[in-house]
Amino acid sequence: MTTLATHSVDELLTVTASRELAGKNVVFAGIGLPTLAVSLAQETSSPNIEVIYESGVCGAHPATLPATIADSVLITDSEAVLNLSSLFGYVLQGGRIDVGFLGAAQIDKFGNLNSSVIGDWHNPSKRLPGSGGAHEVLANAKETFVIMRRHSKVSFVEKVDFITSASPDMVLAAGGRTTSKGVTRVFTQHGVLSREGAGQELTLTGIHEGIDVDTVIADTGWDLKVSNNLQVLTSPSADELELLRTQIDPAGMYLRS
Amino acid sequence: MSASSATARKSKVMNLSDAISQFIFDGASVSLEGFTHAIPTAAGHEIIRQGFKDLTLYRQTADIIIDQMLAAGCISTLVSSFVGNSSAGSLGEIRRRIEQSDPVKLNYVEYSHYGMVCRYLAGAQKLPFYPLKSYFGSDLPDVNDEIRKVQSPYPNEDGSFDEIYVVPPINPDVTIVHAQRADQWGNVQMWGLTGLQAEAVFAAKNAIVTVEEIVSDEIVRSDPNRTIIPSHAVSAVVQVPMGAHPSFTQGYYDRDNNFYRDWSAISGDKVKIAEWMKAFIFDTKNHEEYVALLGEETLARLAVGDAFSLPINYGARI
Repeated sequence: MTTLATHSVDELLTVTASRELAGKNVVFAGIGLPTLAVSLAQETSSPNIEVIYESGVCGAHPATLPATIADSVLITDSEAVLNLSSLFGYVLQGGRIDVGFLGAAQIDKFGNLNSSVIGDWHNPSKRLPGSGGAHEVLANAKETFVIMRRHSKVSFVEKVDFITSASPDMVLAAGGRTTSKGVTRVFTQHGVLSREGAGQELTLTGIHEGIDVDTVIADTGWDLKVSNNLQVLTSPSADELELLRTQIDPAGMYLRS
Repeated sequence: MSASSATARKSKVMNLSDAISQFIFDGASVSLEGFTHAIPTAAGHEIIRQGFKDLTLYRQTADIIIDQMLAAGCISTLVSSFVGNSSAGSLGEIRRRIEQSDPVKLNYVEYSHYGMVCRYLAGAQKLPFYPLKSYFGSDLPDVNDEIRKVQSPYPNEDGSFDEIYVVPPINPDVTIVHAQRADQWGNVQMWGLTGLQAEAVFAAKNAIVTVEEIVSDEIVRSDPNRTIIPSHAVSAVVQVPMGAHPSFTQGYYDRDNNFYRDWSAISGDKVKIAEWMKAFIFDTKNHEEYVALLGEETLARLAVGDAFSLPINYGARI
């Protein structure tokens, strides 16, 4: 089994995220690593997870890995397909989602997310796709996990250029109501940042084997706090890697080496 | 009872060219909807061929068809909640318009997905606005003054009153959607992802529906729950096979992922996008010629196998 001894960054992120899904029931997944993390959790700790996609699919059982959140393979053999007013109105705004997965171009210490623009909104140096459903996922899921493939000062910033999706801290400051914890986990190639809700900063709580704490601090654009109880994260097991490589993503669609 | 010719029910079947020329006009507000599934591409291409200008375009997920309509100079204002070539790279024309004002700045109005859903819900129900829990703490209301707050008229237990964001209705001059099938009267049947197509059609002054097949009344009426849009909300129904390419139509053909990937490079280069537009839109007379240009190999690659639902029993009075 020496071929399983090493793993890619994507495999590391997927396995780390999947372990955090233990005990969760209704998970809103994006395409790629979040989908793989849910599949791995279903095969290991959490067989009861129902996966929901923004396109309206609930309880997807795709025959092959989906290429988009609206791939036809997600519809065939799924448990339910809702229209968007039901998906966003009843499922998301109605508070049915335990964990939402999001990505972003920029994140700050409170988990405010920017997926709209780099630079000034009116005159951006780079126009990004925008919210899609991200704003509503962060606002309404009980908690949100963020996967950031590259932990660097470019994306981990003191202040995001534009708040597309607001942390509960910002929601409350603006006079809104929320019971959402916002971003509670950020998975990166260096480790895991965590917070448990409004008022807390994202703090380094887990670090991958062989990573230096100073490297993580240097790659973070704010004064990153390190947990007194910092854990060295357990590397992906041979079983987890075999499930990913032979059963969940056998063609290597998302898990590039 | 047989109807006399004076009162006979009128078919709403039209060809695409006539439907577009009858309902679209310069300066019109137009919704093109279809959430990744069943995007009304053929209709968008026909708008380009007929050279309509100055459109206000509503589309929740502004993707390749919007890039093409921008490149053709059809759109002056875009209202959307996602501008991206989903999972397959960038939209070159949109980015040039917004980042470099090349050739002119696009008036872009940004929402989130549920904001767009609520705009159609308001539009379909002819409400002045629709409330949603979104937008507190976000910068979106700062760049979009249509996103406004109202005070709830109902007090909390402590006597205080919450504020809530609202969005205005969309009532487009024309909504265009694509679906699997309809009858000649415009009863539209759809399965798989149905997005917000029904809301967008009910919100519109006129609605054009393109379908893969126009089928008999008997087929539609054998499964009335499958009808997501009834005849009275539809102005024209048009049979356009492969009408959603490069997106897919569930059960008919799959998404052309190669095309989505290729679009990033095509649209990133002004010369290449102009060449593509000429070859595939301006030099084709209609969608049949566009499909022929795609070629047999592409169609074979997008073919899907069967996965039938089991029939259900609606029951009949004995």
